[in-house]
Amino acid sequence: MTMTASNEDLGYTPSTKGLWSWITTIDHKRIGILYAVSSLVFFIVGGLEALLIRTQLATPNGTVLSADAYNQLFTMHGLTMVFAVVMPIAAAFQNYFVPLMVGARDVAFPRLNAFAYWLFLMSVILLTSSFFLGGSPDGAWTGYAPLSTEIQEYVRMDYYSIGAQLLGIASLASSVNFVATIFTMRAPGMTLMRVPVFVCMTVVTSFLLIFSLPVIGVGLWQIFFDRNFGALFYEAQAAGDPLLWQHLFWIFGHPEVYVLILPAMGIVSEILPVFSRKPLFGYSFVVFSGIAIGFLGFGVWAHHMFTAGMGPVAEAGFGLATMLIAIPTGVKIFNWIGTMWGGRITFATPMLFSIGFIAMFVIGGLSGVTHAIIPADTQQHDSYYVVAHFHYVLFGGAVFGYVAAAYYWFPKWTGKMLSETIGKWHFWLMFAGFNLTFAPQHILGLDGMPRRTYRYGEGMGWDVWNMMSTIGSYLIAISFLFFIWNVIVSYRKGKVAGNDPWDGRTLEWTTTSPPPVHNFDQIPVVHHLDDFWYRKYGVDEEGRSVKLPPELVPPPDVVVEEHGIHMPSPSFYPIVSAIGIAILGAGLVFISSGPIGIAILAVGAVIALWGLVGWAAEPVTRGGH
Amino acid sequence: MTTTTDGVFERQDDFESTGDPIHRTRKTAMWVWLGSEAFFFGAMISTFLLYRHATNGGPGAEIFNIPFTSASSFVLLMSSLTMVLADHAFQRSDQRQGRIWLIGTALLGLTFIAGQIFEFSEFVHEGLKISTSPFGSSFYMLTGFHGLHVAGGVLMLTMLIAFSLRGRLSSDHGMNVELVALYWHFVDIVWIVIFTVVYLLQI
Repeated sequence: MTMTASNEDLGYTPSTKGLWSWITTIDHKRIGILYAVSSLVFFIVGGLEALLIRTQLATPNGTVLSADAYNQLFTMHGLTMVFAVVMPIAAAFQNYFVPLMVGARDVAFPRLNAFAYWLFLMSVILLTSSFFLGGSPDGAWTGYAPLSTEIQEYVRMDYYSIGAQLLGIASLASSVNFVATIFTMRAPGMTLMRVPVFVCMTVVTSFLLIFSLPVIGVGLWQIFFDRNFGALFYEAQAAGDPLLWQHLFWIFGHPEVYVLILPAMGIVSEILPVFSRKPLFGYSFVVFSGIAIGFLGFGVWAHHMFTAGMGPVAEAGFGLATMLIAIPTGVKIFNWIGTMWGGRITFATPMLFSIGFIAMFVIGGLSGVTHAIIPADTQQHDSYYVVAHFHYVLFGGAVFGYVAAAYYWFPKWTGKMLSETIGKWHFWLMFAGFNLTFAPQHILGLDGMPRRTYRYGEGMGWDVWNMMSTIGSYLIAISFLFFIWNVIVSYRKGKVAGNDPWDGRTLEWTTTSPPPVHNFDQIPVVHHLDDFWYRKYGVDEEGRSVKLPPELVPPPDVVVEEHGIHMPSPSFYPIVSAIGIAILGAGLVFISSGPIGIAILAVGAVIALWGLVGWAAEPVTRGGH
Repeated sequence: MTTTTDGVFERQDDFESTGDPIHRTRKTAMWVWLGSEAFFFGAMISTFLLYRHATNGGPGAEIFNIPFTSASSFVLLMSSLTMVLADHAFQRSDQRQGRIWLIGTALLGLTFIAGQIFEFSEFVHEGLKISTSPFGSSFYMLTGFHGLHVAGGVLMLTMLIAFSLRGRLSSDHGMNVELVALYWHFVDIVWIVIFTVVYLLQI
């Protein structure tokens, strides 16, 4: 039976209004929007932390922050930006677009998806509440033992161990979901070598998280047990080995940096072909180099530990493996350049940010290779050179990529275009501000300025560079005001986008903007990579591809569904489970404070159990049949 | 079977497919998650191997009671057998027999946990606490987290039994016998590794 879906066919009519509909939503698109909004809010939090840090360091002997406040701020800046900004903004785009790009109606496990979001949000709230309740983590996002285990009078590093633990569980849930979705729910005909690169990078990212998060999970529990139950994992006097923490942390920590960058690389691989009006150059090379980066990413963790004294053999091995990663990364860069080469390029805002991504990432990548040279790294270790390097890859790389994605996909989210004029102001201000902030830090680092220190003396020759860096950081902040302004103005009265404003190549552009609850009235059958493009374009006598007039574009082959469309029903058990687990976590943070901690823990456990049991007992679809 | 306008089209499979697609999706997810769990236990086993001689003057591996733990290991292994029988019974739609095997599996799991509690209290009595030595810390963490996984399994089995009694054990629910069985066997296999590496080899 063929049918055009209306809400009556869905078995229920999902309410899309009011707070309750957002709390109980399990629609991957709405969860994507929740991730994006949360990420933007925490970007402001993390950005303010950064501005405070830069204000303190603008002049020698800064007096804005105490050493104690500085330690908390730089630790929280790292944790916020990694776990509450970059990971969730990647999750936002993955949630919204992976099902659309593979031609599915939702992710594999919509309630698990909602649970992952709420647990992420509750964990970040728990972590951020530490500013007001007992003090924030102050041992850097790396939480090196024994610094993180020895000072037990404060709960600060308990927030770290529990907060990161819960965030890990949330990411794990969403990663398992993406793997199951992409492996088993692609539209007919979409083989694994026909998926968009962004989807492919989502698989790689998910596997990186699936195999690295449990390792840091163990480390975080060890820190927690050392701090609260007298365990001796990192107590050197009892033959515990603090170096173990560094290994466990970086076995997670290094794949984690690819988790932050690979989705951005996927996004750029989607945007460049659209605005160059050419297919991605060497699709299979881009895919396999991404997979290679994923594999190699597990074999290079100890390059963060060259000064820890592992011995020359281990250091040489990890140094070589690190240099090896430059090869698949270089392959990608050349493929991107090859995609643009000879294309008819339009410099729309998403394209500008993508090109910015490539340029900045190359700089960050090259300074990264200098870390693989062990004697050089020994000099650079713990200096501002390292800070410059990872901001070039994580801000100049990842954040540029995600902002490009925001400009590229905003029309699909809202049905409105973001303003190109404001967008270009945003780009050039951010580009200038970014380089002004972080380029001088290379020089500061090579000149010996250590990172993680709250002030520096006069007469070190660092004053000018630091002042430049601080001015740059304010420019970045201003550029994001342009972005927020753009979002608000364009959402209200932006140009109407239509289904396919950029002449796109992937399936999300075949449906309406914003897409209906069930994404596609009929599931398309895919015959090519970039199937949509092949339907829109024909070949003229001279072999050039020409755009077919709309009436000549053939409709896609579609799957005929015999039983109509059944969308899963909203559920509030995911948020109940997430709140329960977060309260349980708060109880663990205060477990050493006596009965109060245990009481909070018990309350959390009861709520979590209620949520999880209710969830398991609840059918996936209510009503309908 | 899904068909297209241009003829019969079968959904292409990258994985061995049995039955209904949602089942395949759930099983894929469970395997992937168990892969993650393997790394979780792997990291704890590595920690234990690193600290196996770090006894800090307290008791070391000589404290283990191999006959006792062999017996409780046997109990846990037998629970895998009963789990297989439960899964088979439900595939034949024999709810009553399936329930009996599920109850048997849960009871064997509880016996194992009881054995572990007894073992821990004996060890504490003999002077091995989590705070005695890195050896003690890593031993209790590894076996304790394994015990928690068994307990989680027992909770899921209990829920399956309850669902079955109320006639709500259908493919409409995310949790089903086959998935719990996969998890249960995995937890068993992890115990085989722990028992071998921690108790038997004593390298």
